[in-house]
Amino acid sequence: MLWVRGFDTPFSEFNPWANLLRLEDEMNRVLSGFTFPSVSEFPPVNIWGNEHEAVVTAEIPGIDPKDIEISITGRTLVLSGNREPETIKEDETFHRKERWYGKFTKSIELPFSVDSEKVEAKFSRGILTIKLPRAEADKPKKITVKST
Amino acid sequence: MLEKSKDIQKKQTGEIENVEHTRAARIYRPDVDIIEKNDSILLIADMPGVDEKTLDVTLEKDVLTIYGRVDIDKPENLELIHGEYGTGDYQRTFIISNEINRDGIKATVKNGVLQLLLPKGEVAKTKKIPVQAEK
Repeated sequence: MLWVRGFDTPFSEFNPWANLLRLEDEMNRVLSGFTFPSVSEFPPVNIWGNEHEAVVTAEIPGIDPKDIEISITGRTLVLSGNREPETIKEDETFHRKERWYGKFTKSIELPFSVDSEKVEAKFSRGILTIKLPRAEADKPKKITVKST
Repeated sequence: MLEKSKDIQKKQTGEIENVEHTRAARIYRPDVDIIEKNDSILLIADMPGVDEKTLDVTLEKDVLTIYGRVDIDKPENLELIHGEYGTGDYQRTFIISNEINRDGIKATVKNGVLQLLLPKGEVAKTKKIPVQAEK
């Protein structure tokens, strides 16, 4: 476990302040990134949201943004596309082939219905970011109770 | 054609040769393809989030290191509902052989993919050695 690592080394000098700093360093290390189950279907996505909007980000390096298709039906967002494999000539060989390629279709269930007219998508440095505002009709309405 | 599994995993690297990093970010090992061509070696690395400004390629003796810095881009006022990938820097080290012409290495980056072309030196190109019949 990550926590314990700072304490493995024998304390040559007793310095509580240093240990505290080290603990803080460990804490930062644990909390700085985001820890998730790391196996997922291509492309990996993160979904962010609050009660007004959701943001979906996906890592799709090397794809031409024109080849990404985004469609929305109700609460379902579908990402599809094709990542072309590297083509090699007959006298060329692969030493390593770790990168994933092929056709993909990924459906994502959103926490609410979105206003598909107002969806914005951008693609930069291999990361797709889709902004999905919540549909007005889907927003919770406050109903005032009239007293008679 | 054999269907390749769609399941992918972003691998975190271990401590790299006991080097401590001063940035409190995770470090991932980018997936690479390495293609050997007749006159060069092409290395392709997936590094989403990296561009020409945040990418370092260094060569020291035989050790080629690629390092990509990724700033955590957390959308404002939003909470993570579902997460499949982590954000962090990329690093991976390769040993290159003598046949590579060190002065001719070219690096380009597009859409989060690094392409490194390592040309082979004159000496290393496949040479045909004539065989003479012994008299």
